[in-house]
Parts: sequence; structure tokens; C-alpha cells
Amino acid sequence: MTARRVRRGVILAAALGAVVSAQERPDRSKPPALAPAPELRLPPVARRALSNGLRVWVIESHEVPIVQLSLVVRAGGADDPAGQFGAASLTAAMLDEGAGTRSALEIADAMEFLGATLATASSFDASFVRLNVPVGHLNEALPLVADVALRPTFPDKDLERLRQERLTALLQARDDPASIAGMAFPRIVFGAGHRYGTGMAGTEASLKALSAGALRAFHATSYQPANATLLVVGDTTADSVMPRLESAFGSWRPAAPIGRPAAVPAAAQIGQRQVFLVDKPGAAQSQIRIGWVGVPRSTPDYFPLLVLNTALGGSFTSRLNQNLREEHGYAYGAGSAFDMRLSAGPFVAAAGVQTDKTAEAVREFFNELTAIREPLDAGELAKTKNYIALGFPSEFETSTDLARRLEEVVVYGLADDYVERYIGRVMAVTADSVRRAAQQYIQPSRFAVVVVGDRKTIEPGLRALNLGPMRVMTVEEAIGP
Amino acid sequence: MRFRFVLPALILSALPLHAQQPAPAPLEVRYEQFTLDNGLTVILHRDASVPVVSLNIWYHVGSANERPGRTGFAHLFEHLMFEGSGHVPEGAFDTLLEAAGATNNGSTDVDRTNYFIDLPANALELALYLESDRMGYLLDTMSPERVNGQRDVVKNERRQSYENRPYGMASLELDRMLWPEGHPYSWPTIGSMEDLTAASQDDVVAFFKTYYTPNNASLVIAGDIDLARTRALVESWFGDIPRGPVVQPVAPPPAVLTGITKKTLTDQVQLPRLYLGWLTPREFAPGDAALEVAASILADGKNSRLYRRLVYDMQIAQDVEAVQQGAALGGSFLIVATARPGHTAAEIETIVDEEIDRLRQAPPEAREVRRVLNQIEASFYRAMERVGGFGGKANQLNAYYVAGGGPDFFAEDLARYTALSPADVQAAVVRWLPSDRRVELVVEPETKR
Repeated sequence: MTARRVRRGVILAAALGAVVSAQERPDRSKPPALAPAPELRLPPVARRALSNGLRVWVIESHEVPIVQLSLVVRAGGADDPAGQFGAASLTAAMLDEGAGTRSALEIADAMEFLGATLATASSFDASFVRLNVPVGHLNEALPLVADVALRPTFPDKDLERLRQERLTALLQARDDPASIAGMAFPRIVFGAGHRYGTGMAGTEASLKALSAGALRAFHATSYQPANATLLVVGDTTADSVMPRLESAFGSWRPAAPIGRPAAVPAAAQIGQRQVFLVDKPGAAQSQIRIGWVGVPRSTPDYFPLLVLNTALGGSFTSRLNQNLREEHGYAYGAGSAFDMRLSAGPFVAAAGVQTDKTAEAVREFFNELTAIREPLDAGELAKTKNYIALGFPSEFETSTDLARRLEEVVVYGLADDYVERYIGRVMAVTADSVRRAAQQYIQPSRFAVVVVGDRKTIEPGLRALNLGPMRVMTVEEAIGP
Repeated sequence: MRFRFVLPALILSALPLHAQQPAPAPLEVRYEQFTLDNGLTVILHRDASVPVVSLNIWYHVGSANERPGRTGFAHLFEHLMFEGSGHVPEGAFDTLLEAAGATNNGSTDVDRTNYFIDLPANALELALYLESDRMGYLLDTMSPERVNGQRDVVKNERRQSYENRPYGMASLELDRMLWPEGHPYSWPTIGSMEDLTAASQDDVVAFFKTYYTPNNASLVIAGDIDLARTRALVESWFGDIPRGPVVQPVAPPPAVLTGITKKTLTDQVQLPRLYLGWLTPREFAPGDAALEVAASILADGKNSRLYRRLVYDMQIAQDVEAVQQGAALGGSFLIVATARPGHTAAEIETIVDEEIDRLRQAPPEAREVRRVLNQIEASFYRAMERVGGFGGKANQLNAYYVAGGGPDFFAEDLARYTALSPADVQAAVVRWLPSDRRVELVVEPETKR
């Protein structure tokens, strides 16, 4: 919900009218010509290391007296051992539930008292400990963060509490058609055996099986200085912060041989188009997900795909949103995304559409997915590239924004000058490279179609589209045990 | 959003247990304010840290200004503001902005409707052209087809955000229970399907002429701008838009709860959820800030009283939330908690009542209040970094201006919190969260077939 605000009478300032009457009426016959776009000037990254080899990147940003710190550990859900889906996620969640000599409540109390926010998280490819703290309290917060990242205690009672919370969240996911679609689609595309087929938190069965010992083992083999980078962004300097980081993190030593799990194997691509109808009786909308196995973050086609997806479903004026929302009014919004990971993640086009227009909406999805394989005209290509490139500077407004961008550089091993070269590489994308990417990565005749909605209303229309074999599923079948 | 900006002296005084740090540079939000002949209030703020500009405009109209039979209209109208105007063809508003690297959005609430355009500093004049064109010339190209198109979109927004969302209808029911019939906060900003169906182009024309006037709006431009040039540009683009009629203030019926109102809804959900609601002071009125602190003491963080008992210790709830929502015509305080499997809303309600009673009987501990205030103060700092969007400085300058204290209300806003003693928090709970005058809504799972 947006904030509610107080209103009072308009206050009039005095004696300012004279200037206005002297103005000429502006020319509204065409949009005003714009001056050249400003250059993005990014502060330099100081790349250092602690005595134990832990890489440290420091970026100065003195606008406000705040420091953002991110410890990036290059191990995530993709490194979950077999049968332990959810280990990385639960390990990260447990870090601040007991660490060093402190309990979960003591850690929370100390951080809040400092005005700091501490968050632990994980993705398929990495785990993160993030601190945002008033610079005046960085010294007090650092030992706490080091405890949380390096010396978690995994207390049994806290593990049981989090386990029950997560099991309950899995249960609640059945309430929400969007959540059901979000779980069913990767399970169908990647299969239940592939790590990407199951969400970060794992399944009910794997969650129940995770022990404190398993989490300790994951922590010991993954959270190591050689496997981590510390990002510091904000109101400090490398010279002043390095000694403090050294005393907090410099004694960090590996507790076990480093885990080097094989990368997640590339998933088998879908063979033929199929429709999966997940029955959610009485649903006011149908949640639609269409796609297949996409690309890894290391793809050489990253920038053509960025332009392609932005034009297809990555902005308000993108084709899917214009069609499904503005032209037809079937949806509040529609979009698409390539979820790029160390291995190939999903490509998905998605929307929630009104139940009685479900088949019509799916047809429009396929019209757009087919049309995007034809070359973009010069105007659409220029608009799309400019939207990405000219909007890039606004992604560096806050220290948190900066830290997030650098996290990506760390996790995916991008070049040191990746950010500096970003705009140039977007502008270098050609219509031909976009077309080639579309031909290769958007093949609607092979996509999986997942629809979560009111079967009795939507099944006849979906069948009439003749997209391919249809499998009708219950929610339980779709999201699995 | 609750927390804004802070002055450094107050940060230091707030943390007496720690060694004093060198004082950071003062956090100031300097601005220039002027009013055009047509009544448009303009506020300019320069922040050149990143080469971006945010144009943020508030129209002083929200769902509280709607008439019976047309609920949801202010929001539907907001959607029409993006569909083109006299000199801007349909679709061009967004296309031109995206081609310039801009993002934009709008939102409607009970008391106001706001819009922002965030864009590279070189493109400011494009935003002025588009924003002034829809203020001056929206009706030139309005059509029933445009109204129909956005009517369908908004109906799907209602389906997506309320009807097809677990527990989605509860907040609408809660507002009907809290506010008396005829009170503008009793109906939802999203509106009813029937009223959305009934909205016509004639309604659009009348609403625009009444509310979308320069004298009923305030414009903030913040970011990497030249103040003098920006002022001249604003005068040029907005100066010839005619003034509209004076808007009559909303006159709501009195809103008082005299007893306990209970209701149970069923939904396609797995777990019961409890909602408790009280009527409380409007925003910035005495009691508002103390109730925000009370909400945090009850439900923000692992050590908060309700979280600690319900979620951490007893584990009979999956989540718990408490919030004071102050608005122009009044406020409400809500406590919401979801039961764990095998537990009931009634069990949770017993504990909530015990904890509220504990706050009534004795003030919170000094450290509990300090912890909340330290978090508030740090949040004020964090908010200084961003200029645009719904959460940036531009929007906050507008919010403070509209609230009546002037755009630079940051220090005063913070002082509302830092001045509070534990006894003040206790007094607010005693005064505003009585056990015998509130609404109690429970959402129960539909019985399984």
C-alpha cells in the first residue's frame, strides 16, 4: 500500500507573478530537442586483499554517512548436495540465528540498536551477507558481521523454527496462483531432478531432511576466503577501512577443504510444445507462463538478448505489455525475462489475465513470440537501446545500487571494466544480432505453456488453440511433493 | 513509508552509549519555492550527485474525493493520464520517455494522486513538455475507447491485486468495518467492479475540470538541475495553463468506534489470519508518531513483543505485522497475524490482547524505544541517497509541502519521534488502542470439499 498523506490548503507565495507574463508560449508541435546525454562518471573501485587472501573492493561514495557492505560467497543453491535441496538457502538464513557467543535475539538487538540492517540471502549462484550501517557505527558492527558470516552456531531450536516457517511458506504457496505458476513452470521445464526445477528453499521432503550437521558442512566447505569477496561502498576510504576489515576478517581460515562441486549440468532442452493446465477452481485470473531453457550468464549473446528481451517484454512499451495490457486489456501487465545463471536458467514470458480471456491471451502471447523473431525496425531498436543505455546511470544512485551491480560482477566473474563498457556494448547491438538471438533463443513451437486457472472455464478455449498435447494437473501434481 | 530524514546532532544525541564520531556533513534539502499566476506551486531542489532528474507532481485529489457510485474513479483517471494528450499521441508518452532513458509511474491513494518521471538530466524539457501537456490538454483527445481500454486494465489490476490474491479481499472488508457508511475511507481506492463499469467519459471531463488544475497541484523538480534555467522552463511550459475552480474540502461524517465489531470471511487459503483495527489520529497529529513507535515495539524485528511471543517463542503464528496509517481525514492502526497450521486466530488474539495490555499497564523499556528510534534515524539517512521514484527526495518534498509544514519538514518530522518518551508511547496505546472499541476480522480457510 502506498503511504497516506495529510492535505492542507494550498499555500501561495507572494509577488512572483511578473516573470510568468513575460514567457513565450512553448512550441508543442513536437517534442523538445534534447541536449546530449550526460556521461556516467563512476567512482573508481579500489581492489585490495586481506592477509588471508580475501578480496576486498572499496568504492567511495560520500553523499550520506552510510556504509554498505556485502560479503559475496560464490556458492549457492546450485551447490546443494544431492538430496539436500535448500541447504544453501537454509544455511544463509541460519547465519544470524546464532553466531559467535550471541543468540539470534542478541544479534538482532545489537544490529537494530546500531541503526544497522543486516540481511543474509542466497541465490542459485552465491550467498550474501549484507550490512547497511551509519558510518559512525561501522566499527561496532564489523565484529558482529564477521561472527555471523564466519562463526554461525546453527542452534537446533532455531533451525527447527526456521524449518517450520519454511514448511508453512511452502504450504501457503498453494493459496496463490502466481506462486503456483512460479513453482510449476521451472519444475516442468527443468524436471524435478534438475536443481533449477525446484525453488531455492527446496521441497517439503528435502527441508525435513536437512540437519544442522548438513548446514555446518555446507558452511565449512563453501564459506571460505578464497571463495569470497568483500564489497564496501559508502562514506569511507580504502585506507581507513582496510585495517578494520583486517581485524574482523583477516584471521578467517578455511575450516575444511573447499567444496568444488561440478557446475549444474545444462538442462535438456524441451522437445516439443506442450500445454500444462493447473486447475485452480474459481480463480479470477489465469497465471500464464510460457518458455523453455534459456541461456547461462556467460552467453556471448548477452547484449543482443538484453535488447531483445527489453523489446519483447522488459519495459512498459514492450510488445507483450502493449499487446496484453494496452491493446487488449486482458492483463494489468505482461512481460518476459531471461533468468541467467552460471548454467542456463529459464526464459519465461508471463502475465496474469482475466479468466474469460485466457485462450485469447495465450494466442496473443504466441503472436508476439513469433513476431519478435523478425528483425526490429530501426526506430524500435534505437528506442530500446537508448532506454537501456541512457537509463543506466540511474542504477547507480545509492550505495546499495552500486553494491548490487558489483555483486553481479563478482558472482559471474565479469571483467573489471564491465560497468564502464556497458553502455558502449548496448549501443553496439545491431538489428542483425538481435534477429539471430531471437531465432536461436525464442522458438515458440517448442515452448512449454503453463496456465494456472479455473479449468472448467478455460480448458475448452485452450484446447481449441491446438498448441500441442495438454496435460491437466492438480496443484499438488504441478508443484510436486 | 514511515521514516525520512535526520539531522546529525540528533543522531549523536540518540546514541549516548557509544563513543562520539566526527560529525558528518549536515544533511540539508535546500529548495526554492514559487507559485505561478495560475496557482501551480513549484519546488526545486538541486542534487547533482548523479546526472538524473526527477519530476514529481501531486494532484490534491484521491479516492476520498469520489462520489457514491463512482468508487475507483480517481485511480482509473490516473491511468488515463498516460494515454496521450492534446499534442502527444496515444502511446507516445511512454515511448518518448523510454527512448530518452526515463522511467515513470503514478499512484493513487485516499488523499492524493502522484506521478513521477525520472530521467537523464539532459532530458528534463521532455518531461516538462509531457507533464504540462497532460495538465493543460488531456481532454483534447480523450475518447470513450480510451476510457474503455483502461477500465479493462484497472479491472484486471483489481483481479490481480485483490480478488485473485490470498486474503486479498480482507483489507476492503476491514475498511468497511472501520469507517462509517458514507465516510470516504470506507470505500476502496481500487473501486468496485460495478462502479468501474459505470464510469463514463463525461465523468472524466468533469473530474479533470474540477481537480486536475494547476491550483490543485504541486510540482517538485529535483536532481542535477540549474535552478534559474529550470524555473524559466517551468514558467514557460506550465504558465499558460488556466487556473481552475477552488476545490471544496472533503467533509466526512464523524468516525468513531463505539464497540467491538466482529466479522469472519472465508477464502481459498490454508491458514486463518486475524486482523484487528482501531481508528487513530491523522498523520502528523498528536499520537500519530507515538503509535508508529508502538507498532514497531510490537512487531518490527525479532525482539519486538508480538513477534517474539507469537512467532519466535510460541510459534503459533507464521507472521505478525503492526502499522499506524495516518491519512488526512483520520488514521487507523492495524495488527495482522497469520496462524501456523493447527493454530487458530483466537489463540493469537489472546496473546495480542495480553501484549497490548502490557503496554497499557507499563511504559516500554527505554532500550526498546531507543532501538526503534535508532532505526528510524538511520532510515532518514538512507532515504537521502535517492532523488526519484515513489521513495525519493522529490516525492518527500512534495509530501511535506502538501502536509502543510513546508517542503523542508525533515527535522520537524524526525523530532516527532525523538521527542517521545516511553510514557508517551504508553499513553498513546492507552488512549488509542482500547480493548472495547475496535474491529476484529478473521479470514478462515474454506472448508475442504
